Amino acid sequence: MAGESVISEELNSLLNVEFGPEVYEVERGMVRKFVEAIDDPNPRWEKETPPTFPAAIVPKELLNRLFNAEIPLKRLLNGTSELEYLHPIEVGDVISVTAKLTRMRQVAGAEGPTLFMFTEMTYTNQRGDVVVRGKNTYIRY
Amino acid sequence: MAQVYYEDINEGTEVPALVKYPTTMQLVKYAGASGDYYQIHYDKDFALENGLPGVIVHGWLTLSFLGQMLTDWLGEEGRLLKLNGSYRGINKVNEDIFCYGKVNKKYAEEGRNCARVEIWAENPGGDKTVTGSAVVTLPSREKPQ
Repeated sequence: MAGESVISEELNSLLNVEFGPEVYEVERGMVRKFVEAIDDPNPRWEKETPPTFPAAIVPKELLNRLFNAEIPLKRLLNGTSELEYLHPIEVGDVISVTAKLTRMRQVAGAEGPTLFMFTEMTYTNQRGDVVVRGKNTYIRY
Repeated sequence: MAQVYYEDINEGTEVPALVKYPTTMQLVKYAGASGDYYQIHYDKDFALENGLPGVIVHGWLTLSFLGQMLTDWLGEEGRLLKLNGSYRGINKVNEDIFCYGKVNKKYAEEGRNCARVEIWAENPGGDKTVTGSAVVTLPSREKPQ
């Protein structure tokens, strides 16, 4: 069973296709809500955004497809996150995010197959500067 | 906290630890703030049906706690260049999350004083639930102002 591929044509068709840009206005209220949610009282976050703020700038188009693609594996977990900061994301910025699925890997787990989906995101501000590069691995099992 | 300088750190220097205690309410707030509405983070029945021990903390939220630990330490003049985390284990709600960090390399690169920091989070059972690394720059005491 473990040898059979769970990678559907639908998922394969997403490989290396760039999705977006999806555009987010980094409003003061949005940042305040995020900072309150992570419970980080650093006054620095009145102007600048905290390190994991890119998690709130979601490339929905790609992620919805990855999470909802019809395959036998129904459960989902976040595997890894990597962020590289080139410039700060500040309150008032307008951030565009593009995303792509770069690779998939199926492994045989104890309870059946597990599928790793590797993605890359690029976050660009209103001046055209790339502010953050991100990588995220999602796991369906 | 006083500003930490490049000269103050060495291989093995520990980042001051941080302990957080996320509740279901915090997870709901995080779901709303991040847009991650996956039910394993607030719907106990759904989480149990998915083979989990109950509602679990978003990996990104635990990574946010590690980010807080680092930026508290870096102060106003230090900066985070990279932050990585692997989600290896489960943090349940209403349990402490212990955040730790340790410098494992210091080096100069492109005129900047850098350090690589190993970071990890533990649950009360001592399991490492998130492991990762960060790259930071620190100000120097010797640099002319």
